[in-house]
Amino acid sequence: MPEIHGCLTDIEQELYSRNIRIPEVGVEGQLKLLNSRVLIIGLGGLGSSALYYLAACGVGEIGIVDEDRVELSNLQRQILHGRKDVGRKKTVSAGRSITRLRPNLHLIPYSCRISEANAQEIIAPYDFVIEATDNFASKFLINDVCVRLGKAFSHAGILGMYGQTMTIVPGKGPCYRCVFGDPPPPGAVPTTREAGVLGVVPGVLGAIQAAEAIKYLLNCGCLLVGRLLTWDALAMHFRETPLPEDMRCGICRTGADLQPSRNNGKEIGK
Amino acid sequence: MEIQVNGEKRQWDGPVTVLALLEALGIRPATVAVERNLRIVLKEEMAREMIHEGDTIEIIRMVGGG
Repeated sequence: MPEIHGCLTDIEQELYSRNIRIPEVGVEGQLKLLNSRVLIIGLGGLGSSALYYLAACGVGEIGIVDEDRVELSNLQRQILHGRKDVGRKKTVSAGRSITRLRPNLHLIPYSCRISEANAQEIIAPYDFVIEATDNFASKFLINDVCVRLGKAFSHAGILGMYGQTMTIVPGKGPCYRCVFGDPPPPGAVPTTREAGVLGVVPGVLGAIQAAEAIKYLLNCGCLLVGRLLTWDALAMHFRETPLPEDMRCGICRTGADLQPSRNNGKEIGK
Repeated sequence: MEIQVNGEKRQWDGPVTVLALLEALGIRPATVAVERNLRIVLKEEMAREMIHEGDTIEIIRMVGGG
């Protein structure tokens, strides 16, 4: 957990006045957020939404990971990027957009693909991770590395007019691999390139991921640990699937030996 | 028999295996997670895991978009 130090400036008091009025946040919570570090992996639809809200609410340091460049077909959902950004690195485009909102945000760009070789080094310094990638290999890799490091993260996936999200706090509930096992065979599940995706779907899911990050950092409320939330935008139906609490996949079993014990979980005391 | 699939009650000729239920629903097993009575059914168990009267089944799609 981030340590609290410093105090709010007059501008910060005004800038975050609507946060501070919330009992769960207050001045102390706002200082916590300003001293927090969140990593967002993937600057597509989910990452666009999550980055905007995390930056706006005052998270002090945000790492952003993406190796891609902006394409015209990204713009109906990836709201960080504009027409003039087509061809630019997404990390650069995202940096320009978010600096308008938060000129003093400590933004750390990683213009690379997350991989076995770099994942641990990139993830380790952060308090919470937003998994916003667009492929199963990265989703499973991030899960495995976060579980091994004892790092809390939010998973989300989207397709068409459907999305899902769950929060993983290692040692406190099932991980992504506990639920889904292994990546599906190549081609078995269509990609958004093949089946499309409505922009509001990652917009809503990315905002939920940001909410989970904020709650984790503030140590308040009930996280989506041990339950998976799905959203069918067509039926306008949110559904929660309870997940078994005693599930332990191979990664969780080996990871548990390496983790420090944490206070965060499904039920967080005041 | 009556079972509950993703929160909806359904009548089904049974008992059936998880794999047979997925096939009848036109779902490829490798693309979903299945939970029976709050326990994840591993992919390798689907062919022999039986679904009985009153069971609660959750079928969760894998979606990889971001």
